[in-house]
Amino acid sequence: MPSNSNALESDSSLIKTITEKHRHQPGALLPVLHEIQASFGFIPKDAVKQIAEGLNLSRAEVHGVISFYHDFRYTAGPQARVCMGEACQSMGSAALLDRAKALLGDGVEPVYCIGNCACAPNIEVDHVYHGRVSPEVLDALLKKREAAA
Amino acid sequence: MSITVYIPRDSGALAVGAEAVADAVLAQAHSRGIEIDLVRNGSRGLYWLEPLVEVETPQGRVAYGPVAIDDVPALFEADFLHGGDHALCQGLTEAIPYLRAQQRLTFQRVGVTDPLSLDDYRDHDGYRGLARALEMSPADIVEAVTDSGLRGRGGAAFPTGIKWKTVLDAAGPTKYIVCNADEGDSGTFSDRMVMEGDPYLLIEGMTIAGLAVGAEQGYIYLRSEYPHAERTLEEAIIRAEAAGYLGDDIQGSGKRFHLEVRRAAGAYVCGEETALLESLEGKRGQVRAKPPLPAIQGLFNKPTVVNNVISLASVPAILDKGAAFYRDYGMGRSRGTLPIQLTGNIRRGGLIELGFGITLKELIYDYGGGTASGRPVKAVQVGGPLGAYIPADQLDTPLDYETFIAAQGTVGHGGIVVFDETTDMAHMAHHAMAFCAFESCGKCTPCRIGSTRGVELLERIMAERGQGSDPAQVELLRELCDTLVNGSLCALGGMTPFPVLSALEHFPADFGLVAETAHA
Repeated sequence: MPSNSNALESDSSLIKTITEKHRHQPGALLPVLHEIQASFGFIPKDAVKQIAEGLNLSRAEVHGVISFYHDFRYTAGPQARVCMGEACQSMGSAALLDRAKALLGDGVEPVYCIGNCACAPNIEVDHVYHGRVSPEVLDALLKKREAAA
Repeated sequence: MSITVYIPRDSGALAVGAEAVADAVLAQAHSRGIEIDLVRNGSRGLYWLEPLVEVETPQGRVAYGPVAIDDVPALFEADFLHGGDHALCQGLTEAIPYLRAQQRLTFQRVGVTDPLSLDDYRDHDGYRGLARALEMSPADIVEAVTDSGLRGRGGAAFPTGIKWKTVLDAAGPTKYIVCNADEGDSGTFSDRMVMEGDPYLLIEGMTIAGLAVGAEQGYIYLRSEYPHAERTLEEAIIRAEAAGYLGDDIQGSGKRFHLEVRRAAGAYVCGEETALLESLEGKRGQVRAKPPLPAIQGLFNKPTVVNNVISLASVPAILDKGAAFYRDYGMGRSRGTLPIQLTGNIRRGGLIELGFGITLKELIYDYGGGTASGRPVKAVQVGGPLGAYIPADQLDTPLDYETFIAAQGTVGHGGIVVFDETTDMAHMAHHAMAFCAFESCGKCTPCRIGSTRGVELLERIMAERGQGSDPAQVELLRELCDTLVNGSLCALGGMTPFPVLSALEHFPADFGLVAETAHA
């Protein structure tokens, strides 16, 4: 929740700016949602109405798109993702996922292939990819992250 | 004169430390007062050697890898800038057997050039295909692509020239070229390597496609997991526009072609062409029933070419060197080359571009050197998450579209994932069903409901397998797979049974079955 009415005001005007910017693009909804999510880290729930009005869509259409795609979310995304594609599984990524979950809990999600399958297993920490990740490297990356926080 | 050093900017190389190595090389050179010219190239595709550092010498480029930051001072001590000997030295890059034995047509520049340098691109045969296309009629361009025998490299293997002809013959002033860059299959990264390592190749291929069918707008639908590819493509498009290779007057011809990158949003099913088009239109990525074909009614209901990155990237060489040149590679009805991606539990994983016909055994042992773990191979999955599992005693299978179809499998996008003997194949079958349930678009019932029932059945079979599974449950799983194969709207539901049934067929013991029950 925004802490005060000024924050609410600026959120609303940023969403308006983004929606306006893409309004004339054919199929503008995905570009709009990507930019809003990049700005806020998630899609603010109360943005749905504003996006719908700005793009001449129904609120159901906007919510339907947000809920369909794995990328779009109403709450902040994970800190780390562990690749669970078949190639990474062949190199033990299931154990890495368990280990990361033990350290970060809900802050970890699986991802299905980041396209570095010749250097499996792969993980992503704070939007940075790491390949050939051993359990020790995973621990070191997550500890380094904790220390930086 | 300064010495040229190459360190990849490919995201696979970056994920194993290429950026830090580049920084360390620059810092060492600076502190020693040596002038170097650092080029951030694409990857050569020798991924077990990444980060691969190359140095230009009078004899050619000398390779060192895999280089860690801590190796950098020793490399300078060994005078690697003049090709000096060091434990990590791989000799001349072009002489590395893994690379030397390949037939690189589509990947001829990847890892060689600076991806964003138009001069580099032109100096290495770039934009020659477009120059030829600008002198040809649309019908002649389409005919050249048809004659080359090129088939869709995304997985469906549909003849590219026939698709283009359908769009060329379709009525209407507005048509689109859509590049499917939603490379979601595990075990594949060839699209990514092209987009990061040779982006003008894709731009040139799409421009030729536009000239061939009369389209003036192209879209690259790019998966969101490829942020480096997105940045490289965006920059390449700006530079191509500035140089008159995109825009309202391509190289003074009066022909228009505009290109835009659109970021996907993490749905695997959007790699299916009709779901992709829905997504590009800003909707839920739900599969459309066919007909109408996208070639007749595609993006915004207009005639649309939807091609995979590698299909489009194969076109410039076909136009430049001729259809016959390309067609001479390959076997049977699989013409040309396939960029194969060797991945998973493998010692030397990477990109291997070859004419169709090489066997899995040659790839896995001659190129790959066997498993990374050193244990025997148990199974190999070819063609992504929807591809069949092939057991270790059937690796003489040649990579060829028809051979794989006959064996209830798929070459797909050319990805090969190797598994060692510790793999639980019932778990992998379960994963295939669970993945289908997670990614199903929900449009058709067999896939939406069937995948979840499949997960439940496999969980029951796996829970009981210690005591020997109930054959009735296995029979039910087979019937369910039959429904998925025959009743699904697209390949997600229609092909998920391939990994499931092949695992069951070849590894019954993992399901708690004796061999006879599985074959019954």
